[in-house]
Amino acid sequence: MTRIHSFGDGAPRPQSPAAACFHCALPVAAPGRHRACVLGEEREFCCAGCEAVARTIVLGGFERYYETRESHDTGVGRAPLPGDLPPSEVYDDAEAQRQFVATPSEYTREATLILDRIRCAACLWLNEQWLRRQPGVLRADINYATQRAQIAWDLRRAKLSAIIEAVRAIGYDAYPYDPRREDQLARRENRRALWRLFVAGFGAMQVMMYAVPAYVDAGSGTLTRDVEQLMRWASLVLTLPVVLFSSQPFFAGAWQDLRARRIGLDVPIALGVAIGFAASAWATLAAQGEVYFDTVSSLVFLLLGARYMESVARRRASRKLDPLARWMPSFALRLADASDDASAVRVTAHVLKAGDRVLVPPGDRIPADGEVERGASSADESLLTGEARPVAKTAGAALVGGSVNLEQPLVMRVTRAAADTQAAAIARLVERAAAGRPRLVERADRIARSLTVVVLAAAAAAFLYWWQVEPARALWITVAVFVVTCPCALALAAPIVLTRANGMLLARGAALTRTRAIEALERTTDIVLDKTGTLTTGRYALVRMETLGTATRDDCLALARSLEAASRHPIARALAREQSTQRVRQADELRNFPGHGVEGRVGDRRLRIGSARFCGELCGSDLPGEFAACVAQQTTVYLADDAGWIAALAFEDRLRDDAQATVEAFKARGLAVHLLSGDAQAVVQALAQRLQIGHSAAGATPQEKFAYVERLQRAGRVVAMAGDGLNDAPVLAAADVSFAMAGGADAAQMQADVVLLGEGRLLAIDQSFALARGAMQVIRQNFAWALAYNVVALPLAASGWIGPWEAALGMAASSFVVVLNAMRPLLRETPALASVATPGLARSEAGR
Amino acid sequence: MESLYLLVPLSVGAVLVIGWLFWRALDGGQFDDLDRPAHDVLMDDDRPGKSADPAD
Repeated sequence: MTRIHSFGDGAPRPQSPAAACFHCALPVAAPGRHRACVLGEEREFCCAGCEAVARTIVLGGFERYYETRESHDTGVGRAPLPGDLPPSEVYDDAEAQRQFVATPSEYTREATLILDRIRCAACLWLNEQWLRRQPGVLRADINYATQRAQIAWDLRRAKLSAIIEAVRAIGYDAYPYDPRREDQLARRENRRALWRLFVAGFGAMQVMMYAVPAYVDAGSGTLTRDVEQLMRWASLVLTLPVVLFSSQPFFAGAWQDLRARRIGLDVPIALGVAIGFAASAWATLAAQGEVYFDTVSSLVFLLLGARYMESVARRRASRKLDPLARWMPSFALRLADASDDASAVRVTAHVLKAGDRVLVPPGDRIPADGEVERGASSADESLLTGEARPVAKTAGAALVGGSVNLEQPLVMRVTRAAADTQAAAIARLVERAAAGRPRLVERADRIARSLTVVVLAAAAAAFLYWWQVEPARALWITVAVFVVTCPCALALAAPIVLTRANGMLLARGAALTRTRAIEALERTTDIVLDKTGTLTTGRYALVRMETLGTATRDDCLALARSLEAASRHPIARALAREQSTQRVRQADELRNFPGHGVEGRVGDRRLRIGSARFCGELCGSDLPGEFAACVAQQTTVYLADDAGWIAALAFEDRLRDDAQATVEAFKARGLAVHLLSGDAQAVVQALAQRLQIGHSAAGATPQEKFAYVERLQRAGRVVAMAGDGLNDAPVLAAADVSFAMAGGADAAQMQADVVLLGEGRLLAIDQSFALARGAMQVIRQNFAWALAYNVVALPLAASGWIGPWEAALGMAASSFVVVLNAMRPLLRETPALASVATPGLARSEAGR
Repeated sequence: MESLYLLVPLSVGAVLVIGWLFWRALDGGQFDDLDRPAHDVLMDDDRPGKSADPAD
């Protein structure tokens, strides 16, 4: 059962081949093909991209990058080849530059770039040094915390596209950062939070220093009354800013809660701080009773510290989602001539003006507000409206910028340039992760809320009781009740673990967009995998073509390309990469049938490209025998018109390198693995057999996939789904938890709970299961501890057994236990994974 | 014990001075990038005889 766990050091490791790429740590498929000398030794590389990058780095004199980097492999994957990335020339456009480039002097330009594919600090160092060496670059500074580069260049000697290409040459990517994303605001907020924390921390330390003599002295009388009074006054002076300035967030939160007529976690904290401080101040002024300035200030410090750490972690998480911006339309296809789709020019969405005509392919986000001019489709506006049902769009209908075109290409007329739609959408994605919390956490919140009510009631009861019995102690017992039951352990129990789990997932190349998913991840019993783009790289290549009759290979290719011109399907991209001498004519009346194919008119022929069933409906005859060779083994699409079959085109899609290992890991975890694909039976069967996947379904339409998942769920299974295509979007939404590939269609990404970043490493899916199990276990332990503590402490404090300072100690200790528990390793790396993840470490140890 | 009458007010003054210093550092942006200084030490190329620039 646990095959993957059992590899001892001496045992053979089928999953970690003898040679891993020196640059990206992926397995080397063909040893000896890509080699270069790095750090005095001949190294193996997995592909031409990694080899080129390594040679560039060595030639540039930055070899020691390979010594200082912390890891090769955090899901970034192999270095891209030049053709894999979108062209950078668009960034030179003067109109586009106005959005993100500053002009400090006539020939100097300044911009902020987001760096992508960064793994560790060594990458940042390499990028900074490299940028500084580029001709015409006047200044390059990288902020290690935000991973953004500030660059200035001389307009006469450098172009922005050349600078971006330079970054790409060493295996990273860079793209301009829109400063309107409130960077300034975030920095001010960060500084203020730090300042609050510092005031509270220093106040707490100093006040504690004044308090310790009083504790030590207690009763022996060495401390004279005057000295004690002096210390109290000093404590009062130092606690004042802690209460008035540092505690502001708690008071603001409590006030908001009260205004909304509910009781949140901030209420008892604010009450405790206010009552504790007021009572101590009164005791100081009246020179009698007890003071608890130390309790108040350390309470504020601990809570602020926890909140600060949480916000830092959240900022880190949202930064990792920045790269997703590249897949969302900072570009739009602007039409020079509204009746001619082939006239589309890629421009940045910023430059769109009212009146522009834009072609929106299915799966793309609508770049700006506007209305439909030509075409009929439907749009997913759920991200903006919360309404999950697609909205039908025909000519004249209004389109909202940021929504997603689902079915067929649309030509729209822009009514309002809305450059911010994309930024807003990303912000929403991140916000959603923070907003939706696991049910367990929600339950804990409810418990904490009722506990708060209980605490308030108990404190009031204790006060009334002691007021009758011993009025002098009444106030202090009430304060003790507040402090000892301060729900901060309960409030910290889940967020700190979730934040940590999130950070660990990010480090392994997966971004959690809905924290809620962690709970479903833990309960998952079945994983459904899509084939194209998920188990495979999704990069097809045309391997075989059969034509019928007089049509030449070039004619058929041209026809296929005109039909697929507006599509983002992998097949369409493969066709676009294919050389052909024929002019590609523009197709009209394009209609996309997700999961089936595309229909359109070229000249006066009605054509279909897609599955055999889909094309057969049009031409009304069975598949001719000539196509047998194509039908047999590969993914095949057909081209037909109403007169008959025209061609069969066979494509092949490379399996991801870690597909086998991932499927085995799923099985070792006890998950049932399913393979669902829209491809032909033969192809799917062969793959299922090769990966030893027990359940598979071929030729599935989106509806059938949806039904498949629903069937599993009705049988009581908890289903995880991994997919990437547009046709996967509904299934991803239906599954209990969903994974999407970063390179996939926007719609798929938006539905997904977890987005696999970079090249998309499948093993990250398996690791998220392991991590979710670990995280949920720790969260449960934390809750159990926090509740048990409160149940024990409340009666003790109310009955007067615990004084306020013991209460503060108890409160701090209970929070500390929760934090410590959360810092335990959440994930035990399997030996096989560890050996892949840290070859650099093994090398440096061997060198010693 | 009498020294406390001087030391306690002094300590309060010291806290205020340190607070002001910290505020200056914070406002000057010293805490905006906490990750970099830790790595700068390691990345600093101080090995003898090795130049970062092969062009010379």
